[in-house]
Amino acid sequence: MSQPQHRDHAGATLGMWLFLFTELILFGGLFLLYAVYLARYPHEFSVGGKELNVVFGAGNTIVLLTSSLLAAMAVTAVQRGQQRATAILLGGTIFCALLFLGIKYVEWSAKIGHNIYPGSIRLRTGPPGESVFFSLYYLTTGLHGLHVLIGGTLLAFVTVRVQQGKIDSTNYSWLENGALYWHLVDLIWIFIFPLYYLIL
Amino acid sequence: MSLPDNSRTDISSFWNDTGKTGIAAWIFSTDHKRIGLLYFYSVLGFFLTAVGLGLLLRIELMAPGRTIMGPQTYNALFTVHGVIMIFLFIIPGFPGAFGNLIMPLQIGARDVAFPRLNLFSWWLYMIGAAIILTALFTGSGPPDTGWTFYVPFSSRTGTNVSLAVFGVFIVGFSSILTGVNFVTTIHRLRAEGMTWRRLPLFVWSLYATAWVQILATPILGITLVLVIAERALGTGLFDPGRGGDPLMFQHLFWIYSHPAVYIMILPAMGVISEIIPVFSRKPVFGYKMIAFSSLAIAAAGSLVWGHHMYTSGMSDTAILVFSFLTFVVAIPSAIKVFNWVATLYKGSISLEAPMIFALSFILLFSIGGLTGLILGAAATDIHVHDTQFVVGHFHYTIFGGSGFAFFGAMHYWLPKFYGRKYAEKPALIAWGLMFVGFNITYFSMMVLGMKGMPRRYYDYLPEFAPLNLASTIGSWLLAAGLLLLMVNLFRGLFRGEPFTGNPWGGATLEWSTTTPPPTENFEEEPVVTHGPYDFKGTGIP
Amino acid sequence: MTRDQEPHIVSFAKLTAVWLTLLALTGLTVWVSRLDLGVNRVWGALAIAMLKSGLVIAFFMHMKYEGRLLRWLLFVALLTLAIFIGFTFFDVLYR
Repeated sequence: MSQPQHRDHAGATLGMWLFLFTELILFGGLFLLYAVYLARYPHEFSVGGKELNVVFGAGNTIVLLTSSLLAAMAVTAVQRGQQRATAILLGGTIFCALLFLGIKYVEWSAKIGHNIYPGSIRLRTGPPGESVFFSLYYLTTGLHGLHVLIGGTLLAFVTVRVQQGKIDSTNYSWLENGALYWHLVDLIWIFIFPLYYLIL
Repeated sequence: MSLPDNSRTDISSFWNDTGKTGIAAWIFSTDHKRIGLLYFYSVLGFFLTAVGLGLLLRIELMAPGRTIMGPQTYNALFTVHGVIMIFLFIIPGFPGAFGNLIMPLQIGARDVAFPRLNLFSWWLYMIGAAIILTALFTGSGPPDTGWTFYVPFSSRTGTNVSLAVFGVFIVGFSSILTGVNFVTTIHRLRAEGMTWRRLPLFVWSLYATAWVQILATPILGITLVLVIAERALGTGLFDPGRGGDPLMFQHLFWIYSHPAVYIMILPAMGVISEIIPVFSRKPVFGYKMIAFSSLAIAAAGSLVWGHHMYTSGMSDTAILVFSFLTFVVAIPSAIKVFNWVATLYKGSISLEAPMIFALSFILLFSIGGLTGLILGAAATDIHVHDTQFVVGHFHYTIFGGSGFAFFGAMHYWLPKFYGRKYAEKPALIAWGLMFVGFNITYFSMMVLGMKGMPRRYYDYLPEFAPLNLASTIGSWLLAAGLLLLMVNLFRGLFRGEPFTGNPWGGATLEWSTTTPPPTENFEEEPVVTHGPYDFKGTGIP
Repeated sequence: MTRDQEPHIVSFAKLTAVWLTLLALTGLTVWVSRLDLGVNRVWGALAIAMLKSGLVIAFFMHMKYEGRLLRWLLFVALLTLAIFIGFTFFDVLYR
């Protein structure tokens, strides 16, 4: 069906936010389990939390906050009609996404090297609460990492369209929604960081 | 799918839109009407398949001991029957088929807010369905866990659970996208003058449903991911031996799956709220309360998941709280029933097929709802928990309720899109057969449950035999009626009497455009000046 | 229907100020976690996380400049999540 150009910017924003709600609640299920098991195994969670490296966690927090800033600035830039700046800022965001995943890789490798992964001998024979803690840790950060990957890919796609001139100051719903998605990824990490790395 | 033989060429209808040809004109179309029909035929296909499986289950239970299949086959069949009926028929059924067909027309829009996303969600649905079907025929046998996928069994059984669960995950994603699309559409694309207080009640019910789809489905998503992780990675989150808690699976599962029954029933209630005023020639009684009760059911229905877990070992405090809240849901449900009955009062009632289905909905849903209170009260639930009583109750609400409303909607709205109509008399005979067969089938189950026959059991004690036989015979009547209904309806849609203009005399916007509607829905953008049930103001006799 | 109103452009300076605040709060949350607060550490960390996410939502995600509708919807979504988690504790706390 040939449709005349019909752009409903507010509608696109509303739709994106509704989708973000579903993402929040998807992670919410894991936070629910975290809350329940923290209440049951405070001591084991404390021991498990101390195994995690605060430097990696804090480093990744800074990386993600910065990427979020760059994404927000990209939206401002496109609104002002600064196409080149938009593309550069988005490139910065994507760079941060890769950096985040790199740090995550190092961190996971170290953990797995210490024989800590779901179903490992150490966790099978250790206290039950620790196995629960690390399973949740891997699932939550894994799912979050997957979202970083998806968000990064989405923003790369957006960057290409900015360079092609298909996204500009009159039509930037894709960029705005991509940035919203990216902020959500940041938002979830804001909770993951203290809950897993710091709290105990 | 062939075009209906429309002799009228003067009106351009969405059937004649020739952007693409052949099957591509359908499976790549972003027209909400075509997507609605795609959904309709897909869900109908799955429905009929699962009906076949249900009939086989009933034949197996006709007599004690082995009748036609072994126990493992039986376990697989009731699992597949449930998975298909729930995830592939009734959850996508109303929003996907009739929501897509009707909602944009009723609010005076040209299409939904995100037409391409709409098409994408149908594709996701079909991909998920294909994965589920693949799971039945590959790996180490079809899943045998029941549609609820309860741990610890689902994390240990050797059958092909992971793939089936992944398919359900994809279908859930499709459901989320439909919800996002509908909420945005209803907020953004209402025609001029279509205020919230003039919104047809079917649209109100879809709005409430879409919110449940958005807010509850992600929990199902994460739960299914956890089951897969449990099986593939050995995360042990639900394994008591490793510190996990199997009850947490039940909590997560029902946080979605209880609201999900409102995804199944709310739009059905919306359909009834459309049909009853039209066939009573009377404005609906208590419009505001019916609209409000849709939202209230969606909200209260999200707080009661624990009533599936009274016998699971959940805390007594939780049992009390969830039991109380369950009774709260009865209030908005009853508000609807009372308002429908009040609409009938002193109406000029015409008993055509859609109305007959709507009226039987009220009766069957009331039985289903009231038996639900027996299950919702913690004390009485202990006696009938996990018995055939639950099976009977569930089929009264979802088959007698949503299913009959679905048939009503088929008779009420499909002629609008085909420009041809079914024959009235066979439709009424079909309804009669189904109604009688339905009650024999499922009332027997409720009595059996009261007497203590557990559900999902392959074999039973001899004293349960007579009622099981009755239930099976009832299922044959039900199937015969269903067959007649389908033959009559589709014969009529393709070859029946012409159906043009507004024969039912509906005052909602879908009846103000030509029949079948044009691709653009309306020749010119409608301006709404009357309420959806203001028959006098709209000039309908 | 086109855009309802002119978009609000958030200046680079304001975004940077928010970013600096977020970094400061990250530092604060690490510092608080070192204090001996017992159970309150959980609530303290959560409070700071909520403050941080509030800033991200309000400025980076432009919620401060959106209409009332979106704010209400966000509230409903968060309330729903809170209820899902909270009601589960009727079971977990009293089992």
